[in-house]
Amino acid sequence: MLWEVDIFAAPGQLDRAACDTVSDAADMGLTTHVTVVSARGYLIEGDLDTESVKKLAELFLADPVVEKTVIGKVGDPALSLPPGAAEAPEPIYVLPKPGVTDSVADNARKTFPLFGVTAEGCRTFKKYWISGVSEKERELMARKLLANDAIEQLVSGKLPFEKLQVGSPGVFNLQTVPIRGMSESELETLSKKGQLFLSLTEMKTIQAYFAELGRDPTDIELETIAQTWSEHCSHKTLAGRITYTGPEGEKTFSNMLKETIFAATVDIRKNLGPNDFCVSVFSDNAGVVTFNDEYNVCFKVETHNHPSALEPYGGANTGLGGVIRDPMGTGMGAKPVCNTDVFCFAPPETDFESLPPGVLHPRRIIKGVVSGVRDYGNRMGIPTVNGAVYFDKRYLGNPLVYCGNIGLIPVDMSFKHPQAGDLIVAIGGRTGRDGIHGATFSSAELTSESETLSGGAVQIGNAITEKMVLDIMLEARDRGLYNAVTDCGAGGFSSAVGEMGEKIGAEVQLDAAPLKYDGLSYTEIWISEAQERMVFSVPKEKWEEFRALAESENVEAVVLGEFKPTGRLVLNYKGVKVADLPMSFLHDGRPPVVRKAVYTPAPVQPLAPRAAGDVSPAQTAVSAGIGTGDWQADLDAILGSLNVASKHWVIRQYDHEVQGGSVIKPLVGAANDGPGDAAVLRPVVSSRRGLVVSCGMNPNYGDFDTADMAASAIDEAVRNAVAVGADPATIVLLDNFCWGNTDRPETLGSLVRSALACYEVAVGFGTPFVSGKDSLNNEFRPEGAEEPISIPPSLLISAMGQIPDAAAAVSMDLKEAGSTIYLIGETKNELGGSHFSLVRGLTGGKSPSVDIPRARRTFYALHQAIGQGLVRAAHDLSEGGLAAAAAEMAFAGNLGAELWAEHIPVAFLPGEREKLAAIPGVTAENADDLVRLFSESNSRFLVEVPAENARAFEAIFAEADLPIFQAGKVTASGRLKIAGAGGKVLIDRELGELKAVWQKAFDLGGDYQ
Amino acid sequence: MSNTKPNVLVLRAPGTNCDVETAYAFELAGAHAERIHINRLLEDPALPDRFQILCFPGGFSFGDDVASGRILAATIHHHLTETIQRFRDAKKLVLGICNGFQILIKSGILIPEDGHGLRATLTWNKSGVYTDRWARLAADGDKCVFLRGVKELYLPVAHAEGRFAARSEEVLDELEKAGCLALRYVSEDNPNGAARDVAGVCDETGRVFGLMPHPERHIDATQHPRWTRLAPGARPKNPETAGDGFILFKNAVDYFQ
Repeated sequence: MLWEVDIFAAPGQLDRAACDTVSDAADMGLTTHVTVVSARGYLIEGDLDTESVKKLAELFLADPVVEKTVIGKVGDPALSLPPGAAEAPEPIYVLPKPGVTDSVADNARKTFPLFGVTAEGCRTFKKYWISGVSEKERELMARKLLANDAIEQLVSGKLPFEKLQVGSPGVFNLQTVPIRGMSESELETLSKKGQLFLSLTEMKTIQAYFAELGRDPTDIELETIAQTWSEHCSHKTLAGRITYTGPEGEKTFSNMLKETIFAATVDIRKNLGPNDFCVSVFSDNAGVVTFNDEYNVCFKVETHNHPSALEPYGGANTGLGGVIRDPMGTGMGAKPVCNTDVFCFAPPETDFESLPPGVLHPRRIIKGVVSGVRDYGNRMGIPTVNGAVYFDKRYLGNPLVYCGNIGLIPVDMSFKHPQAGDLIVAIGGRTGRDGIHGATFSSAELTSESETLSGGAVQIGNAITEKMVLDIMLEARDRGLYNAVTDCGAGGFSSAVGEMGEKIGAEVQLDAAPLKYDGLSYTEIWISEAQERMVFSVPKEKWEEFRALAESENVEAVVLGEFKPTGRLVLNYKGVKVADLPMSFLHDGRPPVVRKAVYTPAPVQPLAPRAAGDVSPAQTAVSAGIGTGDWQADLDAILGSLNVASKHWVIRQYDHEVQGGSVIKPLVGAANDGPGDAAVLRPVVSSRRGLVVSCGMNPNYGDFDTADMAASAIDEAVRNAVAVGADPATIVLLDNFCWGNTDRPETLGSLVRSALACYEVAVGFGTPFVSGKDSLNNEFRPEGAEEPISIPPSLLISAMGQIPDAAAAVSMDLKEAGSTIYLIGETKNELGGSHFSLVRGLTGGKSPSVDIPRARRTFYALHQAIGQGLVRAAHDLSEGGLAAAAAEMAFAGNLGAELWAEHIPVAFLPGEREKLAAIPGVTAENADDLVRLFSESNSRFLVEVPAENARAFEAIFAEADLPIFQAGKVTASGRLKIAGAGGKVLIDRELGELKAVWQKAFDLGGDYQ
Repeated sequence: MSNTKPNVLVLRAPGTNCDVETAYAFELAGAHAERIHINRLLEDPALPDRFQILCFPGGFSFGDDVASGRILAATIHHHLTETIQRFRDAKKLVLGICNGFQILIKSGILIPEDGHGLRATLTWNKSGVYTDRWARLAADGDKCVFLRGVKELYLPVAHAEGRFAARSEEVLDELEKAGCLALRYVSEDNPNGAARDVAGVCDETGRVFGLMPHPERHIDATQHPRWTRLAPGARPKNPETAGDGFILFKNAVDYFQ
């Protein structure tokens, strides 16, 4: 018997889901008189009477103070109308597809016995009655707003089924693949159709290997090789052989990453000698560095782009859930202490009509991604403390979702040592078809006809399962119950066991894995990317204690097999050996990838208006009335552009204070709403030592020169960290390259160029890379289009620094009228890719570069001043330059500022000044003021110094041979005033107005003040 | 009791995530705190007897599946009602923070049911979303042990389901008259649309208290969102316990001295 419980807002209570649907419909352009009634509900399967269901509904499932319920057997006419309605259109049900994680239903069902009820199955759903629109519009709303086809199904009217069970027992059939007899084209077909995504050279290597063995591989052997050799697991392109031709000349790499990014770290560690603070870099799941006598810290940033494009909530949810497992799986297991997130989206105002088929609207992606990260981070109890959001039209079909996590690990537990003879133990979530490529799923039991779930890449997370695993892991670690741990990420058990057993050998019983439902094949069990699983190497004598500990907190733990000193990977299923491969072939047998790369930076063109109809894809906001030389209008447009605008809508949805160590929050200042440069936290509650987390990114510069983009991103990440007080000598970096298809030599060339720049800048700054990741092939081909849309080269640099006493940290808001405001750093004519250029619709110009030795001296000098307590506020100059930074500091402090820009020297090359006059409103006379206000030159800060500290402050910079400029003073006027050449007033604005412009540009609804 | 330190049981469940810093706050205030999993109580309902303070910390117990705190509340209601009653009868203290407050309310521990079921609840914020922000608070009356001597507090809230709502105005009047609506948001800081700006509720004895804001997140002076605005000379000499939230833990410990 299948019962349905509908739960409605009680009279007088807001029907929130209905309101959201109406407002989303308006966003879609359906401005007719649409009215919506919504319900949430449960399907409960079991031999139950009305009284039992009523009891569950009223005492448990609904909140009787604010909700009311309607119950009935599925198909009961009482369920077709909202309460009190005489008539209504057919209801629309939205249900998770069979096999999709539904933790609410699972936990609800497990609790029913407390109410004396036992049910066989339970499932949640949402239900809507939509009126006031045509049949076609209702259908459009259902498809576009209510359900996501990747994970949910829509049913209009009555539910056409009476049972919930999914899955059916599978039939075991060992598959071998007759690879030995295949021609080249057959090998290519096998690679493509079998979704192995291996090159012909790789397929031929496998063919030759098995020909020598005198047998064909099983399907699971082929899958295991494909997983291990995949781009994701082996980084074969960037760690491969590359011949590069660029402005630096011709270079040949045998391992590009090793000779650029890793090489920087090797050289820096050599320079540091006994002061080397790197512990484990580019070897474990996250990079580890020292923190204090008791703990080390580790940091990892990952991307989850393709899953987030298909199913934004689930993709981002498991993106964060996955990266949290990286520190958890580092060394003997770290305790996660904070998260970071950086997103790249198409602008939210994208026209619905212009969406290519199969592409979700950016608003939906943005809302889904933000709530996905929110729900995983908040539930895990890990503060999300730092991030950024960038907009460009080229992210339309391919949004980027970077998630990071930092963990704390006891000093003596920073390395893992799996031992031969140890048991292979898996704990956590059960294994299902989640994330299996191309999985299809028979669900004839749920729908009236057979339905196919082809959400291969789609995974849904359950943060609480991961939290339970974490609780157990930390206890087991401290009791010494295992020798090694790693996470199940991409490739599932295949990667986890393969990596941990690489130097030993492993034998696995695949039928030991607990499954979510029946019917998985042995290969699916092996490569499933089901979430929230960790694999341990447990000594046999510790297994009983390990098992009992897990059981004591309801965490499932099973022995999958044993690490055997055979050097082989052996897989068994139901007593049959289904795979037997040497670890050496898996890990060292892949033929090297050889690629060509070329890069020619576009020659620098003068900054000039674009031709009519030529709009930069990065241009996401232009305000009216600009282009007349009215700098105030330009400043408003920049503050109101999506990249610069306040991100409070995202930040306020994240718990950024759980664990009790928050020191500098993402939003700072007199009204807790100014844009902080970096987060500071005390990860150990009983210690004063602070951790600083920041990031740097600017895809706009990549359109000019990817070397400038990389250098600028590192400079930005470092200066953000230094601005809040991080000691530059403690700063480490992470690189995340998201690029288009690197099969094209030009695309790969643009990446190699940025990696070469990363080497130069990192070594120059003395800031080692400790971890990194790449995501290639971020392209989207709209149906019928010849050329794919590639994302712009997008290099994210994350930085982690330290501050001996967190109470020495500094925030960016102006503090006290009368203080002096200094500008530190050189202002150059670098407006290429600037936000001034974007809001004005200009092309050309030179993108900002980095003067490496000078930048380094600047960071150390500023840190010295902060360390001596001379600084009240510091803010880095980035998008929007001096004017935007001054505005942010002024409104965050709610005081006022007066700046005299006239004495700020501007470096021009001969003839450059005159060329700027091609821009409307600009003349040779005010060109200097333009550059002073809006240039985005790197390595610059605005710093507030009280009068009594001025002499000492200036002395530090004089000692470092760095000219600084008294740019103005803090006032109590409530205004931002900037005067330029000849004392001419360039900007004179009330702070409230500036803040309002900055706050309203990116706010997708809700009351998040 | 062999020592003068009160023992605190900080209850953990799947999804609890503020237990470490809450236990630390109690320790700083002079208590001895232990974090204990709900399964240990279910195995041994007499376990809490050796403790003086029972604390339900924040988090997402059982994922807040079905509704915030609902599954843990049902579990406690079903298995531990006697244990809790014994604890209360012994004049001991019970504190629920955020998810803990939701559990105290939804299990009927804090505001007992009448013939028609629960009289009040904590439900979805008016905004419909999870919100992390700071709020000014004012204590109302002197009934609550945890709020002794407190007039104002500045604490962060971080929740999606924190809107206090009662079945009727009469229920609110009754609670108000009994002095149970012990902690209110300053109206303009009400983050969730709570009825009568209620942020925290105590029972009629004042010894059982639940609140949505997080006192354990404002123990150290550097947790205040504007601590950097104080001139260096004006900052507290002992930042470790200078935060507003510390007084709640101190009051709880002092109650047993």
